[in-house]
Amino acid sequence: MSGQSAATLRKQSVAPPPTERALSWGRYPKTAHRHVHKPAWNDQVPEILGTAAPGSLLPYGLGRSYGDSCLNAGRELIDCRRLNRILGFDESTGMLRCESGVSLSDIIDVFLPKGWFLPVTPGTRFITVGGAIANDVHGKNHHCAATFGAHVCQIGLHRSNDGLVICNSQDNFDMLQATIGGLGLTGVIAWADIQLKRVAGPWIDAESIPFQSLSSFIDLSRESNDRFEYTVAWLDGFAGKHPRGIFFRANHSAERGKQFHPKRGPRLPFALPAWMLNRYSVRAFNTAYYKIHAARKGAAIVPYDSFFYPLDSIRQWNLLHGKQGFLQYQCVIPETNVEAVEELLDRVARSGMGSFLGVLKQFGSAPPAGMLSFPRPGLTIALDFAMRGERTLKLMQSLDEVVQQSGGALYPAKDARMSSAVFEASFPRWRAFVPYIDPKMSSSFWRRVTGAQ
Amino acid sequence: MTAMRKIIILGATSGIALEVQRLLAREGRELLLVARSSQRLAEVQADLAARGAHQVLTYSADLASIQQHAAIFEFARHTLPDFDTVLLAYGSMRDQKDSETSIDILLEELQVNFVSATAILTLFAADLERRRTGCLAAITSVAGDRGRRSNYLYGSSKGALSLFLQGLRSRLHPAGVRVITIKPGPVQTPMTDHMPNSARFADPMQVARDIVDALERRSPDVLYTPKIWRYIMTAVQQIPETIFKRLSF
Repeated sequence: MSGQSAATLRKQSVAPPPTERALSWGRYPKTAHRHVHKPAWNDQVPEILGTAAPGSLLPYGLGRSYGDSCLNAGRELIDCRRLNRILGFDESTGMLRCESGVSLSDIIDVFLPKGWFLPVTPGTRFITVGGAIANDVHGKNHHCAATFGAHVCQIGLHRSNDGLVICNSQDNFDMLQATIGGLGLTGVIAWADIQLKRVAGPWIDAESIPFQSLSSFIDLSRESNDRFEYTVAWLDGFAGKHPRGIFFRANHSAERGKQFHPKRGPRLPFALPAWMLNRYSVRAFNTAYYKIHAARKGAAIVPYDSFFYPLDSIRQWNLLHGKQGFLQYQCVIPETNVEAVEELLDRVARSGMGSFLGVLKQFGSAPPAGMLSFPRPGLTIALDFAMRGERTLKLMQSLDEVVQQSGGALYPAKDARMSSAVFEASFPRWRAFVPYIDPKMSSSFWRRVTGAQ
Repeated sequence: MTAMRKIIILGATSGIALEVQRLLAREGRELLLVARSSQRLAEVQADLAARGAHQVLTYSADLASIQQHAAIFEFARHTLPDFDTVLLAYGSMRDQKDSETSIDILLEELQVNFVSATAILTLFAADLERRRTGCLAAITSVAGDRGRRSNYLYGSSKGALSLFLQGLRSRLHPAGVRVITIKPGPVQTPMTDHMPNSARFADPMQVARDIVDALERRSPDVLYTPKIWRYIMTAVQQIPETIFKRLSF
């Protein structure tokens, strides 16, 4: 029974076997945790916070952060996945209250049939609401809808020192802003009120347009951002200075009559041998992807899941990169600095370690919802690289130079290796954030980039 | 099988029950949930209502306390008089070693898993037998199929409940009331978090799917879930006692 297991949990945190593995999506770094708490009810969280040592805890969701921002090596995690209840929904306004372990996938399954959709969604539906807030995630509609955090109207936050704190635009607004993008460090989100968005149905009117240079991408973006709710581009990671890619733009379709049957895709059962993803196979993949989409260019009505979540159709696609895992590199570069983007892509191409998946998007100019929010006006690029040790890290350091000189920033949710200097340049307000950190919380990422204990 | 429409869940905040209830909610069923904490019940009620349950009633009571059973039963008869399914889903697994030195723990364990369970099932059985309809199901455990050194108190309490259900099934058979014994293998729930290798235990969602299938279709009287446990336990039961007593698992 639950009371019993709570007692057992306490017993274990005294004499901990340092074996509880939790991984992030990049499967790098590999870490062990002293203990993973698994509260099934919000009423159990205060006790976990109360009995923990300072700096020993971090909330954990579905582990889709790529690097170490969701890890707490050698310390403890609070696995929030059992806190997954929908607590209320107002059919007239679309205001949802749910616990922090509810996944975006779950929200879609329950509310899309009723005509509601997420206000903002990243490229995977397998993240929790808590994670979406803690990383202030963005999506293909950033230019008109800003980030996930912009649609969070109120939260209940478990704090180790002052209980459940209600944060909204009237009360504790600063704590709300610290928690949005706060990497889980401000406490455990008990529940959140999220404003869902009315949609006609599950269909998307999508259009794809091939492009052959960065300037044509920017032109396409500028011209589309007023008329299309969703814009994003896929990028051939081998193309260098004059990248080719496919520009996608879309709106929710008014179509609703068509039958819709979501499909469950295949699953990658184990890590592929590292040699399978090499410069030749990745280059071939990129070329094929470009050719297929260039041939299919034009408008079509597509199901929402293949538009928003193409990679979710291969479960555990992260195993593609082999046992050593992979690193993702996502930065934002001010638009005045297009040459920096070209330089970045050039360095990637010259390294021969081209990216399997490159994504390019023009962010909008909405003010950040959180103190440590990543999105800001400019072009954001996401690239992934199989972890091949020192040379992979060297390449990424050389990309850091470009980003720093351009006045850009790196995304903590995707990071496992940025330096303190890069972090401070990316988030100049980070010292103002520090007082909001719950004394019981810490993370591998936070210790790495700030030197905190 | 006549459709299962109105279901009473005893121990509605247990790990497996939570998943079963979600599946039932999605089918638009009417539910009456019984558990100790009124706050947790309210959270579950809100969740199931949002997920499509036709109606969710709750009643807060301590099922281990037999004195409270009459009130539970009365509430059920008044609020959901034509209930057709009762699922008993509560249980307790205390540390075996602790029970070897504390008779209090031993008796509490038997009270929760066996004594109180048989008492409340008897109340509901009479009602279904009189109406000549419905289904009684209870979650016992594969641990009840053989007494093991490491877990024989829990095992014997669940094994005794399985035997009780066997007799009850035979008694209710002429009345057309089904009795289903549900024997899960180890499942990832709060009850088993402290056990070694708990990360490899069965997904409660998979177990819930098997349970709902068993409730909704004509199915074996005894459900092993995940299904492989039927074969594992068949094999385990073949091991001669002279060998089995030397095994430390």
